[in-house]
Amino acid sequence: MSWQWIAPLVSVAYLGVLFALAYYGDLRAAQGRSLVNNATVYTLSIAVYCTSWTYYGSVGRAAVSGVGFLPIFLGPLLMAPLWWFVLGKMIAIANASHITSIADFIASRYGKSPVLGGMVTLFVIIGVMPYIALQLKAVAVSMDVLVDHLGAGLALGDPPFLSNNTALYVAILMALFAILFGTRHLDASERHEGMVMAIAFESLVKLGAFLSVGLFVTFGLFDGFGDLFGRAMADPALRRLMTFDAVPGGYASWFSMTFLAMMAILFLPRQFQVLVVENFNKNHIRQASWFFPLYLLAINLFVLPIALAGRLIFANGAMDPDTFVLTLPIQAGQHWLALLVYVGGLSAATGMVIVETIALSTMVSNDLILPLLLRFRTVFRDDLSGMILSIRRGVILGLLLLGYLYFRLIGESQTLVSIGIVSFAAVAQFAPAILLGIYWPGASRRGAMGGILIGFLVWSHTLLLPSFAKSGWLAGSFLTDGPWGQAWLKPEALFGLTLFDPITHSVFWSLLANMGVLVFISLFDRQTTVEQIQAMHFVNVFDKGGKGGNEYVWSGFVSVVDLKRLVARFIGPMQAERDFAHYIHKRRLELEDNAQAPARLVAFAEKRLTGAIGSASARVMISSVVIGEELDLRGVMRLLDETSQVIEYSQRLEQKSRQLEAATRQLQEANERLQELDRMKDEFISTVSHELRTPLAAIRAFSEILRDNAELEASERQKFTEIIIKEAERLTRLVNQTLDLAKIESGKMEWHISEVNLAHIAQEAIDATKQLFDNKSVQLVNKVDDHDLMLQADRDKMIQVVINLLSNAVKFCDATTGLVEIHWQDTEEGVGLAVVDNGPGIPLEDINKVFDKFHQVRDSAADFLPGSGLGLTICHRIIERHRGRIWVESVVGQGSSFIFLLPRGVVEG
Amino acid sequence: MPVEILIVDDAPNIALSLEFLMKKEGFSVRSVGDGEEALKAVAEKVPDLILLDVMMPKRNGYEVCQAIRARAEWQTVRIIMLTAKGREVEQERGLAMGADDYVAKPFSTRDLVQKVRDMLGLPTG
Repeated sequence: MSWQWIAPLVSVAYLGVLFALAYYGDLRAAQGRSLVNNATVYTLSIAVYCTSWTYYGSVGRAAVSGVGFLPIFLGPLLMAPLWWFVLGKMIAIANASHITSIADFIASRYGKSPVLGGMVTLFVIIGVMPYIALQLKAVAVSMDVLVDHLGAGLALGDPPFLSNNTALYVAILMALFAILFGTRHLDASERHEGMVMAIAFESLVKLGAFLSVGLFVTFGLFDGFGDLFGRAMADPALRRLMTFDAVPGGYASWFSMTFLAMMAILFLPRQFQVLVVENFNKNHIRQASWFFPLYLLAINLFVLPIALAGRLIFANGAMDPDTFVLTLPIQAGQHWLALLVYVGGLSAATGMVIVETIALSTMVSNDLILPLLLRFRTVFRDDLSGMILSIRRGVILGLLLLGYLYFRLIGESQTLVSIGIVSFAAVAQFAPAILLGIYWPGASRRGAMGGILIGFLVWSHTLLLPSFAKSGWLAGSFLTDGPWGQAWLKPEALFGLTLFDPITHSVFWSLLANMGVLVFISLFDRQTTVEQIQAMHFVNVFDKGGKGGNEYVWSGFVSVVDLKRLVARFIGPMQAERDFAHYIHKRRLELEDNAQAPARLVAFAEKRLTGAIGSASARVMISSVVIGEELDLRGVMRLLDETSQVIEYSQRLEQKSRQLEAATRQLQEANERLQELDRMKDEFISTVSHELRTPLAAIRAFSEILRDNAELEASERQKFTEIIIKEAERLTRLVNQTLDLAKIESGKMEWHISEVNLAHIAQEAIDATKQLFDNKSVQLVNKVDDHDLMLQADRDKMIQVVINLLSNAVKFCDATTGLVEIHWQDTEEGVGLAVVDNGPGIPLEDINKVFDKFHQVRDSAADFLPGSGLGLTICHRIIERHRGRIWVESVVGQGSSFIFLLPRGVVEG
Repeated sequence: MPVEILIVDDAPNIALSLEFLMKKEGFSVRSVGDGEEALKAVAEKVPDLILLDVMMPKRNGYEVCQAIRARAEWQTVRIIMLTAKGREVEQERGLAMGADDYVAKPFSTRDLVQKVRDMLGLPTG
């Protein structure tokens, strides 16, 4: 069989094995007998860090720059001991908040900001795309090398032929795998166990293949390390590789690369995926932190030997050092070994691409597409879970095709290592926001956005655009003269800095600007409440232990069924029903569907949604159904609780005592009001009693006198009888008015509002009181006449008011010289009447009391006059009821004017 | 020398009925409408007995009672308070101020006359 066919067939077969493994892994997970709950599997899955870049590229780099290949492995090696602290904390945070991607992590930390999440996602795509392209390139190149050289015999000097189609097929196959095992459930925090199994397996394959070729080269082609190194040392060019002289950029570059690798092991999307999201048990980190460095050591053991062997064997330098791993076995006629090497490279590439695209698809769908979709409210009427999965699948396919495109346009002109390092420098831009974010509560959203933005701009300018320029996409003058001929903007010598190599230069400027802006803005920024809460959750994630107090407190109103319906839209109705039932059952809650959801349930729903659609979108969704304040006092108190226990305690105490004081004050006030009301009631009853007893006393006394004195003269008898009748009338009036007043004040009085003319009302009142005036010979002058004063009012009540005012006036007027006038009033405020008398007037100290109940200016003039002391009070209440105003103007000795005004508008009945 | 009675009440009809009742007993009767006039009348000529209403304009019944008891030469005056406020506390207050007895309005004319006679040490009429 021709090699032309074997390589692709082996590729497909290998992927078939992966499928089977992943399927089995998922099956076991579904049965609850997880295969990945195992520190070894966890460590092996972390080895997804070693991509085809490691596999082929590190040999290439070692062949050119000797120890220059080491930083990529020294970085993770240095970082591993720190894992327990940094990674452990990140995992705890991610678990507590159901965080499923690095974009979500940053967005969540900084106040669940959708903008920040989208920004990070966009930058990740831009930054990591070259890396994906790199993998496609590696697979395509290795396959072509294999096919060409094995098929046609090894023809030295032939440049490897790049088959466009190979890379495309590889891309599509990988997309298929990622879709099948990466987007089966919606809740991304439910980990992809099958995928992890496959990745761990791949790590074994690539290690095995690499060790095989290393052993073969060292012990097959040479007589062990001594022989190999001895021969290399004899060559001055190769001896130079053992020193830093060969490293471009020297120590500075070496350290900056080490630093980049340290960041990459944590913040590359795929590393975040396997380290944080796929982590089954936090304790697995302990084993991983020594086991993973061992793996790295093993896979790097033969890098230098293979590189040196390649340089020695292909002494004319015609063979691409990136292909040494493959070409050395071919050169030696070990075709099957070459095939194994190819499979190892394939596994390195597929592992990376699969995890990377799954991680990216979660990000793109949760932090880029969904936030935009959710703006169109009509979208989420139906079950959205299917749609979200489709989006993710589309995203995976799109990403791989994009990677393919990038590879076609750029990748052919770049070495593997230089492409990869661009991506490393890109993800390093997230380091300040994340690391400061989990240790410094002061880091603010605007600071993080500013830092990441400026970091990426500098990165683009100093690394990405130059790589475009080097591949001919941009004019070369961009590099040599700077953009627009501005020398100080030269991408690889910004502000005239020429001390470093391009990578170190870019890392230096981008991270300096990134951190500087982040810290500077944060110091002067004012965080929102959500930001503060999130910051506290992240920074103090361990302090609260399992108390579960890590959610944002919702205090608004939402029913259980509405909440469930919302969650169902994103994770499916069955799943939502199960989750809610489980939650409610576990906490022994008794919740009807229509009951108000307790704050914890809302928080639970938000977490559930966060797993499915990301924290920012989840927050938007929850706030769309929760009516009312997002944050209550408890939320703020909890925030304080996290800032400092002591402050919180004293504040709570203070607050409690303040509340207590306030409550006491309120109680006192209420008590005083009650006492006042009680006193007024007593006084009223006492006064009514007095006012009733007085006429009753007179009636009884005279009745008894009439009874006991049969000898009384007829005139005297007549006089006493008149008194009895008058007092009885007075009693009746008093009873009526008391009842009237009680009715008005209790709101039981019926009001018949209609269109009335005050002129007519005045006339009727005058007619009704004519007798009173005549009796006392007081003159009454009607100055209203037929001046029309139309308004809406209760006709009978208004007549009662005018009668009361007239009888009041006549009571205080002197007989014979008394004069009472009734005038019309027409002002902006309304229309009304004025009753003016020339009586004694009212002293200033009494003028405000005339409308009080039973206030009677007791004066000899008032004796024996009809009047209960309630008349003016009733007038006042009636006018008030019409939204009008009544008052008195008076000068002692000259008389009083009682005036009322009523608004012209309609008074509701 | 006839028994001297002073009637103090601001309700004219009640004063009128009291005048009738006292005159019928053969007493000499004066009548005033407020507290100040009452004190003036006492100063003018000390009565044997005062029928004193509580609720009055210008000095009320309690004040009048207190003022009279404050003067040693007026200690012999008998005072019956008339109150339209039937509550016990009002009556207690009247007695505390130095009244000899109290009568609640409305009152029984026979009882009132009897009380006056008893207080003056006259035989039952």
